[in-house]
Amino acid sequence: MKMHHKKIEGSLMPSRLALLAVAVNLLAFGLTVASAAEAAEPKADKVQVERGRYLVNTSGCHDCHTPLKMGANGPEPDMSRMLSGHPAAMQLPPAPTLPQGPWLMVVAATNTAWAGPWGVSFTANLTPDAETGLGKWTVKDFKDTIRTGRHLGRGRAILPPMPIPAYSQMTDRDLEAIYAYLRTVPVVSNKVPEPWAPAAAAAK
Amino acid sequence: MPSTQQILHAAWPHLPTVRMALVALLGTLAALASAEPPARLSETGLNAPGVMPFTPQYTLWSDGATKRRWIALPRGRAIEARDPDAWQFPLGTRLWKEFAVDGKPIETRYIEHRADGGWTFASYVWNAAGTDALLAPARGSTLPVAGAPNGVYVVPGRGDCLACHGGAPVPVLGFSALQLPHELPALVARGQLRKLPPALLKQPPQIAADSATERAALGLMHANCGHCHHGSGGVPVALRLAQRVADPEASRAEVLASLLSPSGRFNAGAPLIEPGQPQTSALVHRMRSRQGLLQMPPLGTQRPDDEGLALIERWITHDLPRKEP
Repeated sequence: MKMHHKKIEGSLMPSRLALLAVAVNLLAFGLTVASAAEAAEPKADKVQVERGRYLVNTSGCHDCHTPLKMGANGPEPDMSRMLSGHPAAMQLPPAPTLPQGPWLMVVAATNTAWAGPWGVSFTANLTPDAETGLGKWTVKDFKDTIRTGRHLGRGRAILPPMPIPAYSQMTDRDLEAIYAYLRTVPVVSNKVPEPWAPAAAAAK
Repeated sequence: MPSTQQILHAAWPHLPTVRMALVALLGTLAALASAEPPARLSETGLNAPGVMPFTPQYTLWSDGATKRRWIALPRGRAIEARDPDAWQFPLGTRLWKEFAVDGKPIETRYIEHRADGGWTFASYVWNAAGTDALLAPARGSTLPVAGAPNGVYVVPGRGDCLACHGGAPVPVLGFSALQLPHELPALVARGQLRKLPPALLKQPPQIAADSATERAALGLMHANCGHCHHGSGGVPVALRLAQRVADPEASRAEVLASLLSPSGRFNAGAPLIEPGQPQTSALVHRMRSRQGLLQMPPLGTQRPDDEGLALIERWITHDLPRKEP
C-alpha cells in the first residue's frame, strides 16, 4: 500500500500538482456556490425528486410498470394507472405454450404480465400505497432490492424481465432520487398477484 | 481568461471547504480500500494465535455440508452482552466458517467487523491441493463438486451474505447466548464477554418448550429462519421465528402465535401451520420446496433438509394439537 502511494506521488510533476490543486479548489468553489444557493432556497428535495422523475422517465420504468391500454393510435400507457403495475382485476388465462424454436417468453397486451421459464411474473405497484405499493418500503428496502435482485434484499429473486443487471449498477444517489420521486407519484390501490411458479402456471 | 494566480486567489476563502472535501474523499477511499477483503484466506488471520473454534447448538442447513467455525477477537477486547440477544462485537472481530463436502473443504466464508465500523463479507474457494483458498468473485460462483446436489456447489456472492447477515439485529448469527449456552462461563472468565445478565451464567439459556421435540423444532427455525423472520421489518410478512434468551416464555408464545394465527400476505390468509396436519401446513410446504418462488430459506440451499423437516412434521403432528384451545 505504501509503495503504491509513493509511486503515485513520484509520477506527479510539481506543475501537475499545482493543476490538481487548482482543480480541487475550483470544485470546492463550485460546491460552495451550489450549497449557498440551496441554503437560500431549500429545494434540495425538489432537485432530487426531479432527478428521480427524469431517471424513471428515461430508464423505461413506465414500459412495464404503467399498464398499456389500446388508444386511437395503438397501445399507449394508461397514465390513470401510472406505475401501479399489473392490474389486479385483469383475469389471465394460462400462458400459451410456445412452438418449437428459440422462443422464450410471452407478454400480455398490458406489458405487465410476462410468461417464461420462470413462470409468470407480474410487474409491481411502485406507487406509495401502503398496502399494495411501496408505501411501507424504506429507501434501504428499495436500494437493497435493486442492488441484490432479491425482494427487499433477502427474499425471492426479482423475476424477468426486470433489468436488475442494469439498474443494480446505478449510483446510490440515483437510486435514492428514484425512490424520492416514487414517493410523490399518485397513490393507486392495486394488489398485484404473486408470481405463478412454472408448475402452477401450467396448471392454471 | 483568469490566471492561475487569480483562480487560486478566488478559491482561497474556500480553503476550509477544500480541506473538508479532501478529508471526506480520503475517508471514503480508505473505507473502500479496507472494505475489499484480502485476496487469500491465509491473509485473513485464520492461522493466527487466539483463533477459537466454536459450534452453535442449532445449525443452519447447508445441503449437508460439514461445517467448522472459528472466531477471533482483537487482543484485550470483549463482546458486550448487555442485550443478551444482540451481542455487540468489538471492531476487528473476525469469523470463519468452512464448508466441506465428502471430507474435502470447498469454501471458507469470512466476516470481519472493520475498523471503520462496517462489516466485510467474503468467501474463499479452496485450491485442489487444499493449501490455501482464494477470494471468490463478488457475485459468487458455481463449482463442480461431485458430492453437492446435482454435482454443483454454489458459492454465494457478497450480496447474498447480506440476505441473511444483513437483516438480523447483529450480523453475527451463530455466536450468541442461545447458540453457546454452555460456553458462556468460560467466555466471561477469559474476559471475552462482558455485561452478560448474571442469570444466564447461573442457568444456561434454553428455548422454552413443552418437549424436546418442540425445543428442537423451535431451535431449527431460530437458526434457519429467525435472522429474517424476527418481527422487526425487512420482510413483508409479520412472522416471528427468532427466539430470545432474555424472555424465553414470551418469545415462544410470540413464535407460536405468529405460526398459528391467520397469516397476512401469503397462504391466502390461513395460518402457516395447521396443528396435526403437516401435509397441509404452508410452513412445511415452503421449507420442502426448492422452487425459487416458494422455497424457504430463499437462498443458500439446493435440497431440503429431510431430517429437519421430519422434526418439524413430528412437532406439528404430535405436539401442536395438544395446544389447541
